Amino acid sequence: MVEKELDFSEVEKRLGVSRRTFLKFCTGVAASLGLSTHAAIAMAAAVADPKRRPPVIWLHGQECTGPTEALLRSEQPSLEHLILDLISVDYHQTLDAGAGHQVEAVKKKAMQDNKGKYLLVIEGAIPIKDNGIYCKIAGETMLDITNEAAEHAAAIVAFGSCASWGGVQSASPNPTGATGAPQVLKDKTVVTIPGCPPNPANFIGTVLFFVTYGKLPPIDDKGRPKWAYGRLIHENCYRRPHFDAGRFANEFGDEGHRKGYCLYKLGCKGPETYNNCPSLEYNNIGGGVWPVGVGHPCFGCSEKGVGFDKPMFSLADVKTHTPPNMFPAIEQREASGGLTAGAAALAGAAAGAALGAAAMGAKKLDAKEGDQD
Amino acid sequence: MKRRDFLKVTVGGTAATLCTTAEARSNLEPAPQAVGMLFDSTLCVGCKACVSKCKQVNDMPPVIDGDELGWDSARDLSGDTLNVIKVYREGEAKTKDAEINGYCFEKQSCMHCVDPGCVSVCPCNAMRRDGLTGIVTHHPDVCIGCRYCMVSCPYNVPQFEYNELFGQIQKCQMCNQAGVERIDKGQMTGCAEVCPTGSTLFGSREALLQEARRRMELKPGEIYNYPRGDVRDPYSYHEKPAPTYKQHIWGEKEAGGTNVMHISAVSFDKLGMPPLQERSAASIAETVQHSVYSYLALPALALAGLSYTVRKNTRDDNGGEQ
Amino acid sequence: MSNHQALGGRIFTGPFIVLLVVFVIGCVFMVERFTEGMGAVSNLNGGFAWGIWVVYDVVVGTAFACGGYALAFMVYVFNKGQYHPLVRPAVLASLLGYAMGGFGAFFDMGRFWQFYEIFIPGNWNFNSVMLEVGLCVTAYIFVLTLEFAPALLEKLGLDGLLKALNKVLFLLIALGVLLPTMHQSSLGSLLIAAGHKVHPLWQSLHMQPVLALLTALIMGFSIVIFEASTSAVGFGRESESPLLAKLGKVIIGLLVAFLVIRLIVLMTQGKLGLIFGFDFASLMFLLEMALFVIPVFILLSPARRGRGSQLLIAAVSMLMAGALYRFSAFLFTYNPGPGYSYFPSVAEIMITLGIIALELMAYLVLVKTLPVLHPEKHA
Repeated sequence: MVEKELDFSEVEKRLGVSRRTFLKFCTGVAASLGLSTHAAIAMAAAVADPKRRPPVIWLHGQECTGPTEALLRSEQPSLEHLILDLISVDYHQTLDAGAGHQVEAVKKKAMQDNKGKYLLVIEGAIPIKDNGIYCKIAGETMLDITNEAAEHAAAIVAFGSCASWGGVQSASPNPTGATGAPQVLKDKTVVTIPGCPPNPANFIGTVLFFVTYGKLPPIDDKGRPKWAYGRLIHENCYRRPHFDAGRFANEFGDEGHRKGYCLYKLGCKGPETYNNCPSLEYNNIGGGVWPVGVGHPCFGCSEKGVGFDKPMFSLADVKTHTPPNMFPAIEQREASGGLTAGAAALAGAAAGAALGAAAMGAKKLDAKEGDQD
Repeated sequence: MKRRDFLKVTVGGTAATLCTTAEARSNLEPAPQAVGMLFDSTLCVGCKACVSKCKQVNDMPPVIDGDELGWDSARDLSGDTLNVIKVYREGEAKTKDAEINGYCFEKQSCMHCVDPGCVSVCPCNAMRRDGLTGIVTHHPDVCIGCRYCMVSCPYNVPQFEYNELFGQIQKCQMCNQAGVERIDKGQMTGCAEVCPTGSTLFGSREALLQEARRRMELKPGEIYNYPRGDVRDPYSYHEKPAPTYKQHIWGEKEAGGTNVMHISAVSFDKLGMPPLQERSAASIAETVQHSVYSYLALPALALAGLSYTVRKNTRDDNGGEQ
Repeated sequence: MSNHQALGGRIFTGPFIVLLVVFVIGCVFMVERFTEGMGAVSNLNGGFAWGIWVVYDVVVGTAFACGGYALAFMVYVFNKGQYHPLVRPAVLASLLGYAMGGFGAFFDMGRFWQFYEIFIPGNWNFNSVMLEVGLCVTAYIFVLTLEFAPALLEKLGLDGLLKALNKVLFLLIALGVLLPTMHQSSLGSLLIAAGHKVHPLWQSLHMQPVLALLTALIMGFSIVIFEASTSAVGFGRESESPLLAKLGKVIIGLLVAFLVIRLIVLMTQGKLGLIFGFDFASLMFLLEMALFVIPVFILLSPARRGRGSQLLIAAVSMLMAGALYRFSAFLFTYNPGPGYSYFPSVAEIMITLGIIALELMAYLVLVKTLPVLHPEKHA
């Protein structure tokens, strides 16, 4: 789309990365989103343009700050710069240098100034029991803060499992009524990036898409971007051939475990968890760094009803293996003798010839007996 | 009066023979140390590890759909497939183990009948039931290929290799055929060994029946510790809430019972199980056959009567000339 | 010498050449069956292990070949000597029909190269109906060959052998009555072990052998009428209607016995309701019943019975009825389970037609060259 050479000198200076590294990063993000190199250039142009960086309000609820920590530890060259400069973070309780009323005032102002333009990122669950009194920031409940911030947001992203569906504190018996942002903001579209912690790549890709195209990428019924959460871990897992061949690790450290067999019998929730861990791994560290990669069964951190819900070592429901996925129906047979026109005609002709001959015989017999009489 | 002579001889003989030798053959009893398997359809996740292991143990090629070698896509039992996982699906096929808008998996393989039709009908004793373990094996060296075993099997298990000129009948022999002998060596069947959920469970028929009865007693949702491997000595367990089992252990009584039994949350007629009575067809066929042919007494008597009558009649007729 | 004559005349007639062509086409597929395997030519599958090779060639075909059996019963057991002229052609037809059955069985035999295993006593499973059928049919083919041998021996003028054979002929005839009784009933018993796969209307369990035997006799007598009528037409011989009419009277008893037993079985098994389900099976059943009942009415009337054409119609109706009874039980309404279907392939049908053509050609050649048929004016 952009023919003329883009000027990245400003970006190079600002982010402290080379033009080459920067473009490589954009291409990588575009690729994981399933977009073309044109899109990569468009993204690069969007990031390079300071005017297009959206202001961001970043809220923390009930959580461990895992998503932010993960984001800060992204293993791209100087990525923390890129992330923080990709967007204009106007309010972020963890990262803001300031504190107290001063910061709260900045937030209020930023929301006022950028009404309808800012990106709202929610991290952590929102307790709703007893009017949300179990999580307060600057004297206000998280419930109220969220509702207020959401009202004029251009887009809302729930980052991490806590914000997406409640996370660990929503586990039974859930004393605070911890709830995910989509459940609180029922009439808003909330993009969810679940995971505990979530993969920063999934956040960056989604935000870059938003920055570039001014809209959110396609999402599923749980608000998850389809590009990242469209497939079960089991579908792309490199231990899958072992599953299909019936080779399983029976216990930690046994022969099968050492040989890298499938971890299903150890309770791996890959077959019922939607995420792109097998293809992206974690934070681009490389070397197969993600739970299944290092020999631990997936526990379904990003899947509501699985992570923090199902017992760690209980068996997963295998969702890849649901019909019509390669299963013959009860009544399906290897080969069945079909009726062909030729065979039918032949059978008919043979039967017809026999009957015709008999009829002719009867006629002739009549004639003959007539002669004899 | 000749007709009367003949009738006298035959009717008398028939009555005598029937009275002395005809005793109804009832269903056979399970073998003293019958081994078998229990397939719990609600535990099956459809991983087909059992199908894969079965092919490995029995050294059978994959069934390829189309020209390209992709993966085994066997749709049914055949000369190349002794065990296959099939799916029941209804409506939207969303909920596992639901009859309406649900789906569930079903394993098809030899049931190792207690009173096997294939053994009863085979003219050459090419199908045999082991006296101790009750395992039904096939011996192609004496088989003529009449395929009566296929006709008499309620489950359509024995399969002839139609696509080979010198084909043979193939069926599951519970991993105990000559050259494999896993059971004799104290191992379990291949499919039970690899099953990750214990859906296919190995063991003695007695112990499996007890396990199945325990599961019938479970309240839906009740956490149950499901064993894996050999029910008498499981190598591991896993916990799972019990489904709503249909109160039916397939193979406990059907046609004399089977050594491979099935339990499920979907009724068995939907899973392709045949409409069987408690009495085996084989026992009825043998009763009829033995009433008529016991020690060949009846045919011998009939032959004597016929010879006598015919000789007399041919003499009367035209003096010995035909 | 007996009072039989060779018919003489040209062998390569029009119909013969047509049959020859059919046979040659059949041969092509026969070669294919024994080079590529059964799967290449047939539509047999996991559910339908038996196709027309078993059901037509063996089960129905041997019933068509029961003429020799039925007449032997009449002539030698019930001492009705007047039917004697019909015996030798009937024995020839039986021999050819059974040979065809054996031929068909060999085509159908999956492991044909070790067919002899069934003849090794050490292998025998006395529980098996198939063992009885296999051994009995084989024995009967030998018996039929010996029963027919006088025709050949007369032709060759081997009087010594002929005399020797005549001495034991009574035993052969006795066997010729006993063996078909055994295996024709067993062809019905074959169905018992198939259990639920046989449609309830045809699964009479304990009564299978009785019903099969009755149809064999009905079809046997019918085929005698059929053969006599067609040779009257085909070879321009005098009609034997008066003799056949008497035969017709005997058949009535068999037909009534069959119908009564059939219905009583259904009644005691509580299956009468299925007759009027008007599904495929019920229609097949009603058609079968109609084909059995129509001949009863034709044969009951002395006027109709006396007419060759009516007799032929009755005979064809009974042949079709018996064939339909067996076809329905073994194939048409046979249900091995969901998903299975079977219709014979062109190759399967051609092989069967080829064998039938061979049988008919052999009949034509043999009646023309050997003393089989009686002279036209019989005593």
